[in-house]
Amino acid sequence: MPIKCPVAPLEFAFLADHYFSKRGLRNKVDIHYVTPLPGAFTRPKASQMLGGMLDQKGIRLTADFGIGQIDNERKLIVSWDEQELPFDLLVTIPTHKGDAAIERSGLGDELAFFPTDKHTLQSSNYPNVFALGDATDLPASKAGSVAHFESDILTENLLQAMAGKPLTASFDGHANCFIEAGYDRGLLIDFNYDTEPLPGKFPFAGVGPLELLAESRLNYLGKLAFRWAYWNMLLTGRDMPFVASHLSLAGKYLN
Amino acid sequence: MTTKLLAGRTLEVDAEGYLLHSTEWNEEIAKAVALEEGLPELGEGHWKVIYFMRRAFAEKGDGPSIRQLTKESGVDTKALYQLFPKGPAKKAAKIAGIPKPYGCI
Repeated sequence: MPIKCPVAPLEFAFLADHYFSKRGLRNKVDIHYVTPLPGAFTRPKASQMLGGMLDQKGIRLTADFGIGQIDNERKLIVSWDEQELPFDLLVTIPTHKGDAAIERSGLGDELAFFPTDKHTLQSSNYPNVFALGDATDLPASKAGSVAHFESDILTENLLQAMAGKPLTASFDGHANCFIEAGYDRGLLIDFNYDTEPLPGKFPFAGVGPLELLAESRLNYLGKLAFRWAYWNMLLTGRDMPFVASHLSLAGKYLN
Repeated sequence: MTTKLLAGRTLEVDAEGYLLHSTEWNEEIAKAVALEEGLPELGEGHWKVIYFMRRAFAEKGDGPSIRQLTKESGVDTKALYQLFPKGPAKKAAKIAGIPKPYGCI
């Protein structure tokens, strides 16, 4: 807590549901999704949609549960406000923090994340330092896509800073994530600081072929195709076609 | 724009009921919001946290995370959850008239 990528634990729950169904054990397994967030996701539309998927798959949801301690003898998780939930197998993560090196350096905030301007990506305290990715304290997901989009902005601003010019590139908090839904289906969400994940088509307005904030087989294939794109395009420094650093509202249904 | 009648005043709030203009806040408004959040009485501990939240927001432009709250306000996590059950940072921010903390995405 706080969860820096609320998608990851959801995928675990969806995949566990699929796995136990395939093994013919699903009716003997109770999957319970417990989160400190107020719902299945941080923003309203996606929270409703993903919460509905949990419900449909028979996965129980308990929100606003901040784990204060684990009672291994009684097999209970206990929240800070003293609610108790039983478990047989607990899958959880410790508090998500920045790197120990940042903590030792004294450059980090209370969670060892590096204070960074959320638009220019310049350090809040040192004009000659820029930061991106999981190291920063930006109010964006700690996700690969975020670091990827940030890199375009950071490069531009770094070059401007070195030339003594004002910083003109501005990061909008763009994140783009596939979500594994189990059963060889997937979702895609595309959002930024100001625009929550919305339903729609991606990357081409009205056409897709990928669906935003909806489950589809093609989204899952998109995720599989991205594995190749990751190694052969992103890591080799080529541009991802049709996916820009800034969020586009084209193709999103605003209401 | 959503508005809400709180302590006899009509105030602009966001979709989740957080005040849009923290300068319009006063203690009567805090009590009215607290009542809606299931806290009929605000004691000394509550006010300590509420004023800490407002100070932090004025200085940094964002409400503090739970971690900042416990590190800097002198109220430990357990006590914080006793004062503001479920989500202390969210709930205290709402009562303190500042935006919902943007800590998690």
